[in-house]
Amino acid sequence: MYKSKKWSRGIALGVAFGLAAAACGSDAPEFEAGALGAVEVKEGESIQIRSLEAISGDVAFLGIPNDRGTALAVEDYGQIKGFDVDVGTSLDDLCSADGGQAAAQTIAADEDVVGVIGTSCSGAATAAMPLISNAGMVMISPSNTSPALTSDLEGNKGSDYNVGYYRTAHNDLFQGRGAATFAFEELGLTTAAVIHDGDPYTNGLAQAFADAFEALGGTVTTFTAVNKGDTDMTPVLTEVGAESPELLFFPIFMPEGGFIAQQVAGVPGLENVQLMGADALLTDNFMELPESEGMYFSGPDLQYGSNKSTTGKSAEDFLAAYNAKYGEEPSAAFWAHAYDATVLLLTAIDNVAVESGGSLFIDRQALRDELNKVSGVPGITGSLSCDEFGDCGAQKIALILHENSGDIAASKENVVYSYAP
Amino acid sequence: MTATQRKPQKVWKTNNWVDLFLTAIRIGAMAFIGVGLLAFVLEQAGGEGLTGGAIRGLFVTGISQGAMYGLIALGYSMVYGVLGFINFAHGEVFMAGAMSGWITSTILFENGMWEGEAKFVLALLIVLVIAVIVSTLATILIERVAYRPLRESPRLIPLITSIGVSFFMQNAVLGLFGPASKTLPAPPPWMSAEYTFLRIEGTKILVLVIAAVSMAGLWVFVERTKTGKAMRAVAEDKEIAALMGIDVNRTIVTTFAVGGAMAGVAGVLWGLLFRGVSALTGFLPGIKAFTAAVIGGVGNLGGSMAGGLLLGLVESVAPLVILKPLGIPAVSQLKDAVAFAVLVLILLFKPTGLFGERLAAEDRA
Repeated sequence: MYKSKKWSRGIALGVAFGLAAAACGSDAPEFEAGALGAVEVKEGESIQIRSLEAISGDVAFLGIPNDRGTALAVEDYGQIKGFDVDVGTSLDDLCSADGGQAAAQTIAADEDVVGVIGTSCSGAATAAMPLISNAGMVMISPSNTSPALTSDLEGNKGSDYNVGYYRTAHNDLFQGRGAATFAFEELGLTTAAVIHDGDPYTNGLAQAFADAFEALGGTVTTFTAVNKGDTDMTPVLTEVGAESPELLFFPIFMPEGGFIAQQVAGVPGLENVQLMGADALLTDNFMELPESEGMYFSGPDLQYGSNKSTTGKSAEDFLAAYNAKYGEEPSAAFWAHAYDATVLLLTAIDNVAVESGGSLFIDRQALRDELNKVSGVPGITGSLSCDEFGDCGAQKIALILHENSGDIAASKENVVYSYAP
Repeated sequence: MTATQRKPQKVWKTNNWVDLFLTAIRIGAMAFIGVGLLAFVLEQAGGEGLTGGAIRGLFVTGISQGAMYGLIALGYSMVYGVLGFINFAHGEVFMAGAMSGWITSTILFENGMWEGEAKFVLALLIVLVIAVIVSTLATILIERVAYRPLRESPRLIPLITSIGVSFFMQNAVLGLFGPASKTLPAPPPWMSAEYTFLRIEGTKILVLVIAAVSMAGLWVFVERTKTGKAMRAVAEDKEIAALMGIDVNRTIVTTFAVGGAMAGVAGVLWGLLFRGVSALTGFLPGIKAFTAAVIGGVGNLGGSMAGGLLLGLVESVAPLVILKPLGIPAVSQLKDAVAFAVLVLILLFKPTGLFGERLAAEDRA
């Protein structure tokens, strides 16, 4: 009994000291924070941003170049008003909803974090974004393309839109339109079948293509799906073949995409069908298949030419730096989008950060407002402008023709059609 | 105790109610299938449905996939018959066979052995032999390391261990060969031509022939040789078999080895049919083959084969023949659901599986 009394007296004393210290502390800053509060970066500390990408597992080929693109952009941008920028340890979105959520919890718990570059996968962003948004932070994704994350491009917000979300990747509605326009107008095909695999990305893109193709006056004969892990594609191809479409669009991944390409031959009704895939199949192990020859692929336009970021770097400079630092070529296409996303975030921080009493204050609401104002900012991927739902990408879509499974690099550059809204 | 003695009548009533419910489900399922088939026939008669070639294609792929399920199911069934537990690592033994098939065929392809007729047949034999050896060694090793030390423990323990072994093998292969799916070289053109009046693709004929030969070989082995007799005796009763002078340990290893060999053959057939292998290849076929074994009646070899064929066939044909005419969208995505619905249906009508026998209470423990 005696002991516990002594303890409580000690605690009371501690609380009193704490209150006094807090009261003294609140005098110092003159900075007036907005509705979402502000991040104070004290002298000698760094501005905290985070990189959240799929850096392990099956989809690491996509996430790792994104993560490195962010790191290189931070290096190129340098200090903001005399303060260093720190990306911290790269976080893993595991390309899944639970991975995205777990990482977002870690990030949201750290009040010093200003913004996030990520995620790699739309499924992870859907779960991560509510937490990031509630914490008042912003997130800019280099490779999410699901329309649900932003808007339907006609002023209606997507089902998974959260304030504070931006992306430099294209919205798949544009990719669907690009692919459909090419098939209908350039190839002159009027009937098409579509296969997805139930993933939010493939489903969204398949739907976007089907809607655009029908809007142009074409007919979608079959809109169907397979499961991830399926190997025997004869049933689904038989279902598709019953309507004898001229085009088969399957924006899915390996290995299911490979099984479809291999098993098309010999299915009645598909003798003369034209195959078309999307960026998910623009991988070496698919394009090495002899059966993939003659296929068209839709994807982001990677012909960056002499486009320059505001840091003064072009795609060529970036690739040279990437090669020098990591000793290999990027394994996926969105490194430039990651670079642009990071530069966008750092520029916005630079514009809203206020120095006061040796500290740097970054107002969270002002940062969002600043990103919403982005218009015609040059980037490696092209000119970046953010709409009210966070679509900031250059939105250029390219279609390539794959002619030779022995020379994949040449095929990847064989652009036969470009689409820009 | 006295309280429970007064209850029999109530228990009987509950049973009655459950029986009624089950009968209703059985009738409902049959009606669903009947209506689907009727809709299909009407559609065909109206000239709108599938062409003859398409239906033939569905049946042929269904049977060849089913033959593969059957071959894998044999391994589940034999181990269950002898040791009474389900070896969930068996799907990974199959994957090991398919992986070694990929490695061997790629090497042979690079050396120009994957073309012509005589050369290709020889190359295929080499691939088969190596895959069988790898799978057999893998399964013997698993038995020695993971199951033998647990021989006397309750059956649940080796079952959980087998799931652990399965994860270990998946991740070991993932680490060794990376996550990307590997593509086997395409067989020479004469293999993909169509043969016989049924116009079946060459590869599929080959798959069916190899499956049939392996199955026949296994049957002769189990029914006509002394080792086979020993296996059957051990399955019947381990202790008495030991008293009769049978080396139980050796017989159990033989059982695993034969099951592994069959999985190796199935792995090569998988490579021939689908030409794609990855570390996760074994999972779904493993589960499906287990389903096939249960459908046929676990422990019954003929039943496992029949269960495999039935499962492959239904999985391939039913979505388009029963579900699509009913107006259900994206039916191909329901393939797996159909496979497991078949399991439920068969168990509803015959709880021991198609050819299974009712086990005594002590055997089920």
